[in-house]
Amino acid sequence: MSYPEFGDIPALAAALDAAGYLPDEGVATAAYLAIRMRRPLLLEGDPGVGKTALAQALADVVGAELVRLPCYEGIDASQALYDWDFPRQLLHLRAAEGGGDERSVYDRRFLIARPILRALELSPAVLLVDEIDRADDEFEAFLLEVLADNAVTIPELGTIRPAEPPIVVLTSNRTRELHDALKRRCLYHWVSHPDLEREVEIIRRHEPEVADRLARQVAAGVAAMRAAGLVKPPGIAEAIDWATALRLLGATELTPPAVRATLGALLKYREDQVTAERDVLPGLLARLP
Amino acid sequence: MSADPVAELTAFARSLREAGVTADASRVVAAAGALDHVDVLDRHQVYWTTRLTLCSEPDDLPRFDAAFAEWFGDRPSPAAVESTVQIPGRAGSSGDGAAARVERVAATALETLRTRDVAALTAAERAEVRRLIALLAPSVGTRRSVRRRPGGRAGVDPVRTMRTMLRAGGEPIVLARWRRREKPRRLVLLVDVSGSMAPYADWLLLFAHAAVRVRPFATEAFTVGTRLTRVTRALRLRDPDAALQAAAQTVPDWSGGTRLGESLQAFLDRWGQRGAARGAVVVIFSDGWERGGAELLGQQAARLRRLAHAVVWVNPHKGKEGFTPETAGMLAALPYVDALLAGHTVATLADLAAVMRTI
Repeated sequence: MSYPEFGDIPALAAALDAAGYLPDEGVATAAYLAIRMRRPLLLEGDPGVGKTALAQALADVVGAELVRLPCYEGIDASQALYDWDFPRQLLHLRAAEGGGDERSVYDRRFLIARPILRALELSPAVLLVDEIDRADDEFEAFLLEVLADNAVTIPELGTIRPAEPPIVVLTSNRTRELHDALKRRCLYHWVSHPDLEREVEIIRRHEPEVADRLARQVAAGVAAMRAAGLVKPPGIAEAIDWATALRLLGATELTPPAVRATLGALLKYREDQVTAERDVLPGLLARLP
Repeated sequence: MSADPVAELTAFARSLREAGVTADASRVVAAAGALDHVDVLDRHQVYWTTRLTLCSEPDDLPRFDAAFAEWFGDRPSPAAVESTVQIPGRAGSSGDGAAARVERVAATALETLRTRDVAALTAAERAEVRRLIALLAPSVGTRRSVRRRPGGRAGVDPVRTMRTMLRAGGEPIVLARWRRREKPRRLVLLVDVSGSMAPYADWLLLFAHAAVRVRPFATEAFTVGTRLTRVTRALRLRDPDAALQAAAQTVPDWSGGTRLGESLQAFLDRWGQRGAARGAVVVIFSDGWERGGAELLGQQAARLRRLAHAVVWVNPHKGKEGFTPETAGMLAALPYVDALLAGHTVATLADLAAVMRTI
């Protein structure tokens, strides 16, 4: 089975839109080329700009399953690729004691497919390698090998090569620099925060009960916070949380008491809350749309 | 694009490389392939397609945008890494935005963007200093990682035990055990290259080069002044002269003013908080002369202290007689510093290397 082809970029953008992800021009082009060229897509950007959500939407759009590989320090092939199920192998040996064929313990049914192998076996699939910068750099070399061949060789079993290689999305928060060899293989996209109109639309999508006026005010407020040089500028998820909190409190517009009561949904650092109350909120509340 | 898109693309990539973007041959091939899939008459699509294939880090994006504007006219999208967000609506808000922009432009104009002349050192001096500093091989200790390795007595490793049992027909003959692994601790060097530090900047960058050479992937080096510049990549070059030359080309604010607080904030926002400073030993080389307010520097130093394993401040004036830390910046940062050292001679740099090793 192959992936559906999208005639042009706007067609894919519309499909992503229908899947609940509002892409801007750059994201739509990146996704389009990732599908057409079968090239891994490396997404970087501030936390909370929707990098992971894009992978999910992409999977919905091409009708494939999303296989997620969250990376962490110390991850290795047995957690990313495959592992042998030793307890089952042992039981099998015990059961077949005496007459058992030793080779039969290296059978597919004793193999545990970890995310990469699962993505290759599923075909079609979207493989999300999340926060690759958290893994050690040796892991990158290993990943590079898999991405180059789109195949996995298991010494005891042979090579597994899917008819249709998965669409691969990698995300990074830039806690360290990735090797150029990996980047060279990928399309690179920096995901920036959405502009005001897009953010209003995203908030309204996730919180349909929030009035248009409040959604606009929330988006404007979040934009002002991002420009204020906070320790942790709020992402889209925080903006949605904020709108939800305001709705639950029955607010129809941003007022000083409503903001003070819900600020914890938006800003998670004490310093940021102090800065926002002192520098951002007075000006913001005075000129709300 | 013109009649021969491939030739034009190649020339465009060359101008990108001159601007410092790694648009190498394989990326150009990818770009040519990608352009097959889009409408090359649509400038937006050409912009995004070439940007997706030729760029590979956020620092590339402004350079790419500038080069694209030069080649193909105005870039169609203002999507920069740091976008200025404006609040639309009432009158007066746009005025505020404009004022902020004017302020920023003025600040940029104030920076004396001079490129440093590395040739100022005589060849004999440079050779001697290079030899002595390279001998220091500065590095920091290790930290325990969550990763395990075979051996030791820490605990039983079920997977490996099971594997040996498999070999022995299911009998647990040997219990395989694991122990913790040690990893090199991260080291971050922030070198002040403002005017007041000019006599020392070369020495300190050479020291940074020696440190980067010891552990290229566990060490990060930045210059601070009026802005923050990452020089790790330049300093990874083997030859000290070539490395210094490359670093000098990267740094736009040699011998300019000092905005230490802002630079430190930029470091923490873009690198430190995301991981570079977490659990790291951070060494700041500066005399603490601060043009901006010392309050910001104090706040950021406190923030750094909460993230880092240890903060070492190296002030070249400390080695001089009658030194008291009295510059405003130095005073503001001092409560958050684990050690204050000199570092104006090779001998004091050796002391610094010794302190770094034991921290």
